[in-house]
Amino acid sequence: MSVDKETVAKIANLARIEVSEEELESTVGELNNILDWVEQLSEVNTDGVAAMTSVVAADLPWREDKVTDGGYREKVLKNAPQAEHGFFAVPKVIE
Amino acid sequence: MTKLYQGATGDWEAVIGLEIHAQVISESKLFSGASTAFGADPNTQVSFVCAAMPGMLPVINEECVRQAVRTGLAMGCKINLRSIFDRKNYFYADLPQGYQISQFKDPIVGEGHVRIDLEDGSTKDIGVERLHLEQDAGKSMHDQHPTMTYVDLNRSGVALMEIVSKPDMRTPEEAGAYFRKIRSLVRYAGTCDGNMDQGSMRADVNVSVRRPGEPLGTRTETKNVNSIRYVMMVVESEIRRQIDVLEDGGKIDQETRLFDVATGTTRTMRSKEEAHDYRYFPDPDLLPLEFSQEFVDELAKDMPELADAKKDRFVAALHISPYNAGVLVAEKESADYFEALLAATVTKSGKPLSELGTLVANWVIGDLFGALKKLGVGITKSPVSIDHASELLCLQIDGTISGRIAKEVFENMLESGKSPEAIVEEKGLKQVSDTGEIEAMIDEILAANADKVAEYRGGKDKLYGFFVGQVMKQTGGKANPQVVNQLLRPKLDG
Amino acid sequence: MSELTKMTLSAARDALHKGEISAVEITKAHLAAIEDAKELNSYIMVTDDQALEMAAKADDMIKGGNAKGMTGIPIGIKDLYCTKGVHSQTASHILDGFKPEYESTVTANLWADGAVMLGKTNMDEFAMGSSNENSYYGPVKNPWRAVGSDKDTVPGGSSGGSAAAVAADISIATTGTDTGGSIRQPASFTGLVGLKPTYGRCSRWGMIAFASSLDQAGPLTKTVRDAAIMIESMAGFDPKDSTSINIPVPNYEAALSGDIRGLKVGVPKEYRVDGMPAEIEKLWQQGINWLKDAGADVVDISLPHTKYALPTYYIVAPAECSSNLARYDGVKYGLRVNGNSLDDMYKKTRAEGFGDEVRRRILIGTYVLSAGYYDAYYLKAQKVRTLIAGDFKAAYEKCDVILTPTAPSAAFNLGEKVSDPISMYLNDVFTVPASLAGLPGISVPAGLSAEGLPLGLQLIGQAFGEEQLLRVAEVLESAASFKEKPAKWWGEKA
Ligand SMILES: [Mg+2]
Ligand SMILES: [Zn+2]
Repeated sequence: MSVDKETVAKIANLARIEVSEEELESTVGELNNILDWVEQLSEVNTDGVAAMTSVVAADLPWREDKVTDGGYREKVLKNAPQAEHGFFAVPKVIE
Repeated sequence: MTKLYQGATGDWEAVIGLEIHAQVISESKLFSGASTAFGADPNTQVSFVCAAMPGMLPVINEECVRQAVRTGLAMGCKINLRSIFDRKNYFYADLPQGYQISQFKDPIVGEGHVRIDLEDGSTKDIGVERLHLEQDAGKSMHDQHPTMTYVDLNRSGVALMEIVSKPDMRTPEEAGAYFRKIRSLVRYAGTCDGNMDQGSMRADVNVSVRRPGEPLGTRTETKNVNSIRYVMMVVESEIRRQIDVLEDGGKIDQETRLFDVATGTTRTMRSKEEAHDYRYFPDPDLLPLEFSQEFVDELAKDMPELADAKKDRFVAALHISPYNAGVLVAEKESADYFEALLAATVTKSGKPLSELGTLVANWVIGDLFGALKKLGVGITKSPVSIDHASELLCLQIDGTISGRIAKEVFENMLESGKSPEAIVEEKGLKQVSDTGEIEAMIDEILAANADKVAEYRGGKDKLYGFFVGQVMKQTGGKANPQVVNQLLRPKLDG
Repeated sequence: MSELTKMTLSAARDALHKGEISAVEITKAHLAAIEDAKELNSYIMVTDDQALEMAAKADDMIKGGNAKGMTGIPIGIKDLYCTKGVHSQTASHILDGFKPEYESTVTANLWADGAVMLGKTNMDEFAMGSSNENSYYGPVKNPWRAVGSDKDTVPGGSSGGSAAAVAADISIATTGTDTGGSIRQPASFTGLVGLKPTYGRCSRWGMIAFASSLDQAGPLTKTVRDAAIMIESMAGFDPKDSTSINIPVPNYEAALSGDIRGLKVGVPKEYRVDGMPAEIEKLWQQGINWLKDAGADVVDISLPHTKYALPTYYIVAPAECSSNLARYDGVKYGLRVNGNSLDDMYKKTRAEGFGDEVRRRILIGTYVLSAGYYDAYYLKAQKVRTLIAGDFKAAYEKCDVILTPTAPSAAFNLGEKVSDPISMYLNDVFTVPASLAGLPGISVPAGLSAEGLPLGLQLIGQAFGEEQLLRVAEVLESAASFKEKPAKWWGEKA
């Protein structure tokens, strides 16, 4: 499998990374090199093999249902590029 | 049997499925310790985890797991002892992580079905495909600033149960009844408060149409519909629209639509969305969610009585008519009020439960519901307390007042908020059962109306009511009607 | 420079505990050395004032009789750890200006034990790289140069700044993080001990995530004993990290008995890769002999899926990173580049904020998770990962630890591999398999290349087998007796 310009543009859009027309060309080459290389996995017979979900043999820890966090809006907004009236502010979204 | 819709070119059948998002009742969020309380100032119920600060990690809230299992049990679904949390990746201003933690391939709850009650008294089983746990997003506000959207993350990370039906519904009524049923189930199970106006429950409505017997048509999904009535309106308008499009030779796009409350119709989402590609994969910050059958059994043992079981019990043990029982259990609060009132009345009157069921049910459904409807308030806001209501019923049961007077006292209670005993006392409404007093009164009336007595005795039976009326008039309606009958009839018949 | 900066952690600890030196003294000496070594570019941020304050507190701890292993030890912290109020940008432009309001669990553990923060060390952006050339703050220079050469070499990566700082004696020890070799490979390139503990041994809370299923914290130190002391402070269960394991932290230093008689050391035949320099092959054989001489039994083992580890890693890690890095969107923190819509803002911010390698991996990761490719890439890789973990499991039926080279080469020249991502990826060929299996690994300096650059040997242990791993590492260390130091070419000449 290899990617073309159109696919890379689609991926870049999914990843929300602007890629210029010129960059697109070189990116296609770079990604194909890597994809060709990882392609060797197809040699491995994985019939009946379970996909790994976790490297550690442990149980998911459960938390008690208590309010133990939050209530510090200043800290939450402190690093925001733009915050107004207690909200994060972003360019207007038109639905 | 399936309902068909007539088009210009023949009959059509609709296929409807619902994805209901129900907010889990819990103190804190699904993966963070921030509060879930409704209506707080923006971003005050946000932890570093909810705001997706770098290096923050999710830890699951055990109560949310229990709530999902309880809901699954309430719907008679298969509970999966092992499930997986996946990331659903997409960008949006109110999705701080850039992904929603949800369950994709392996949900916590699998298949089951619920029985819906239809207006004609029939029932229908609707399949439930699955229930999975997932995080809610934050809230975007587009109308606060001319060029900016404001984002509040208070809801970000609140636990939701997404309940996905099978495409088993065929009419707006069925869709409405299913939504109502799920709402009833989660409310009875105590897993979601069902407050639609606070967004605690909302449905994505999937509709397609086809010629009877043909394979499924292309469906549309109308998002975030937040009332039973709107769900029905969406279904109705989508069926009509799709039939029109198809009969005009057009085709239905598989698309996401929005419901416009003002017009009662749906429209395509204005921004033509790119094809979604959510790139689901298991969340590497979490291990598989696993629990034992004993854990499930324990929860099953402690499940509250659900509406259907309650209805059956009302009919069997309290001798309430199936119709009335259905009315009482429709809303959990009504059933709770009824049961509390019944218990209080039993205690006060000393009469057995089985004798009082019908009386109390009739009073709740007739008098109380009527009054609440007039006042425009729900049962939780009832101006009449359980205590006063049971007192009123007991006054009637022990013969202190008649049924008619009881209605009068109830009116007064609604206005004044006073106790029924006080009202009866104050207004001297106690029923007159003293035979001597009533007999004297009857003698007086018969003497004063000798002509009418003669007419009655001459065969004009209808005049009996006149004499009863006279007695009632003289006692201000307080004469015990039974006593009046017992005394009046022999005297008239001579 | 002062002798104080030449001390090992354990020697400094002993001197501090005996009151022979003070924390303030040794901290000042290091701050001066940092100033002198600016051209190495190993620190992104030096926290002088904070360091002196912390040192003064450490001296109080010691005076109060509350000294711990790390009390008064000046250390550098990889920029990937969130440190409250201090630059924490994982050497990326996208986190421009980010100062967290919280402290990572690992650093909080170190501070609780009285360690002193000198500053934040440089690294490959988001820990993606093997040469520290992918930093927004510019490359780090390895203090080591080939004999007779004035060419700069790379310190390895991604914990290159942390490695260079210890090698240049401008930090007694440093924290690193290891996802596919990011502690062990730089340790090998700079003549240090680098320990990646078992996945789950250290909390990931507050560590800026690259690939969640692989990331682990660990120390870079001058000796194995130093590593034992430091990891004991860093490690521990953290209820805020669902993948952290709740087992007690042993006294690792006590495990350094020097006795490995009868221990079975596995030598995997698949690690003899094509094109591996003869001197590394030779060093490996030397390592085998050293351990034999110390009384260990050497057994040949097979890890048949070794060659698939790197391609597996380069699917799994980019996939996780593409999702983990979605939160850097210009909304909550860090860089924002304005655009004419929300999406435009996202795209411009992320294009400008991420460097080439990070962007490359996000795109690869997005692709391998996307519809139609998930099964062929991500799911396949996670299955192969199961096989790789299975290889180790089978091998540990036959042996207790595994000995391999750490990296296929010594440090290479700055700029030599930047244009060839795959040859750069091959640096991690020996370290990645243990990462995929979640196993602990340690690199021990074992000799010099023909050019006079350090070479390390790697020991891979069993899950939570750090005690045994450190014990063998110390035996290897003392047999190798690596005492060389880089000739000082930076700053004021000594
Ligand atoms: Mg949906
Ligand atoms: Zn959902």
